[in-house]
Amino acid sequence: MHIVVCIKQVPDSAQIRVHPVTNTIMRQGVPAIINPYDLASLEEALRLKDKLGGRVTVLCMGPPQAESALRKALSFGADEAILVTDRAFAGSDTLATSFALASAITQIQKDMPVDIVFTGKQTIDGDTAQVGPGIAKRLGLQLLTYVSKIDGVDLDKGEIVVQRRAEGGAQVLRTRLPCLITTIEGINDIRFATMPNMFRAARYALKTWDAKTAGVEDLTKVGLKGSPTIVSKVFAPQTKAQKAELIDSEGRKPRDLALTLVTKLFTRHPKLRDEINSRAL
Amino acid sequence: MSEIFDAIVVGAGPSGNAAAYTMAKAGLKVLQLERGEYPGSKNVQGAILYADALERIIPDFREDAPLERHLIEQRMWVLDEESYVGTHYRSNEFNKQPYNRYTIIRAQFDKWFSKKVQEAGALVICETTVRELLLDGERVIGVRTDRDGGSIYADIVVLADGVNSLLAKKAGFHPELEPKNVALAVKEIHFLPETTLEQRFNIGADEGVVIEMVGKITKGMVGTGFLYTNKESLTIGVGCMLSDFKQQQITPYALLEQMKAHPAIKPLLDGGEMKEYTAHLIPEGGYNAIPQLCGDGWLIVGDAGMFVNAVHREGSNLAMTSGQLAGQTVVELKTHNQELTATNLKLYKHKLDASFVMKDLKKYKNLPHVLHQNRQFVTSYPELVNKAAHEMLVVDGVDKKTKEREIRKSFVAKRSWFGLMGDAFKLWRAFE
Repeated sequence: MHIVVCIKQVPDSAQIRVHPVTNTIMRQGVPAIINPYDLASLEEALRLKDKLGGRVTVLCMGPPQAESALRKALSFGADEAILVTDRAFAGSDTLATSFALASAITQIQKDMPVDIVFTGKQTIDGDTAQVGPGIAKRLGLQLLTYVSKIDGVDLDKGEIVVQRRAEGGAQVLRTRLPCLITTIEGINDIRFATMPNMFRAARYALKTWDAKTAGVEDLTKVGLKGSPTIVSKVFAPQTKAQKAELIDSEGRKPRDLALTLVTKLFTRHPKLRDEINSRAL
Repeated sequence: MSEIFDAIVVGAGPSGNAAAYTMAKAGLKVLQLERGEYPGSKNVQGAILYADALERIIPDFREDAPLERHLIEQRMWVLDEESYVGTHYRSNEFNKQPYNRYTIIRAQFDKWFSKKVQEAGALVICETTVRELLLDGERVIGVRTDRDGGSIYADIVVLADGVNSLLAKKAGFHPELEPKNVALAVKEIHFLPETTLEQRFNIGADEGVVIEMVGKITKGMVGTGFLYTNKESLTIGVGCMLSDFKQQQITPYALLEQMKAHPAIKPLLDGGEMKEYTAHLIPEGGYNAIPQLCGDGWLIVGDAGMFVNAVHREGSNLAMTSGQLAGQTVVELKTHNQELTATNLKLYKHKLDASFVMKDLKKYKNLPHVLHQNRQFVTSYPELVNKAAHEMLVVDGVDKKTKEREIRKSFVAKRSWFGLMGDAFKLWRAFE
């Protein structure tokens, strides 16, 4: 079985800041991480490989520094890593990105047919959730979004059964391979890399593909030219100033403090008190 | 199947990087293990880089190392609560290349140094903690990391794991650190625009200022404060002996807050935005606290070996030099096909003794003890000196001769003639 996992290196959104004047994202000094949703995908892919054998290829489109994200993926146990990087891709929106990644996957197929493509549900920097479905559409793959669990893969029948997070519950879906799965976050924990895999990741000769190697012949379909989406304005939402009150804790007993706090909360939100009281009964 | 290396270096700070670089450059198969996310992610220093030590390792480091400002002015301040008495030394000589001292940001600098180590051919693995040393009898034969399949073997293990070397302690090479032999330093980095900094400190582009501070800011504890100018930020910090913090029941952050509020310091920070807050232990036990430095299959370098000159605020240069000497020792022994036994590795100790590292530490070997026993140097004297300066500068109709007499009286009243002479003698002995 051959699984391709698409990953993106993103700035750690927990540590991101917006420039107060220009409204642009300040990337300097912000650590780069693998998009957490993609990490969930990678772990699912590695678990399938543990069970059924085969190969896991990680694919990343991004600037040269995204190499560190791919090495990290290798350390977790991925077999191959490909970095698709080209100045021609700069400024790509989701349409252009899915085009470039679909082209790259077509190239990967030439080496070994792909059974499953994984992506995260969305990235934490773009939040569009469009790239995964875009790739599926372009490659004609069955599309399984918001997947929370893979119940089973039957390679003989060429079938897969997954659970999909839906409003008010879960859907169990069965479809034929090849397919594209987008995973939600929190369905697993990425494994702790073994020492031999750390060595392998550090020494691995990374495959770097430019547009041509990735099979992108028509450069008007990627980069700014191939991107109909225009970011017309970026702004940080106004922070709603809620009145904060500081309770002086100096020399006071915890019980006393807790009582003060609860009293203040209940005075401001009487409904909360009523609700808690009714439950207590 | 376990990997076998010529050398394993534990830690990617200045000493570990110097050791790994030296050995890899000479063609040895070197593995360097770092527990942080990337080299420098956990490393803390003031930070001033003394060019000489690095230049001996990477002669052309100035071409691409991330350096903030070269220092052209050194201020020494003795403070009481309201004032300071100080000396400033500023020279255009410091503006002549090659520059001697720079401010640096360690997170960036260490990343750069590590890149050099990797280019020299060493394998650097991060996010991996060495749990213990693998022993064959007395001999260290490798390390065990926190990862599955984590036993790795090597002819030599260089311990560059920092001030509180848990590995050396666990292996029994090193007793538990004593609070009187370590300082606890806290520092903050405050962002300020370049132009503001340059106007505030009267410096040009790339020029920098250092302010070293002693006196009442440490509340009677043995320690110093410091303020450095970076490219577009200020570093301010204070460090005191751990045993003193414990005894005085003062928290380090409170000490730093009070220092920042000092009327002479506050205006320098005005308008800054705090970007970073870090704390670190500094091994300041000096010469007498240096542990055993080598044994069968192992060497200790950097902070783990207590290589800090507390008087001159030097550490990273001693660390780099010790790392380089350790690396050279291993390379020389290997070249001559000599075993890396405790006896043969004594060569490292000899190299250290012949270098400024041991010579300087030896020179000040009594100072930690003298300062511990004589708190007047950080309490009474700063106050007396500031009062004296104030007295002489206030024009209030009192004649200067009377003022001098008053000042003399204040010194004698505080310390007595005998005490003053004794203090002078003690200081002379300690610095001799």
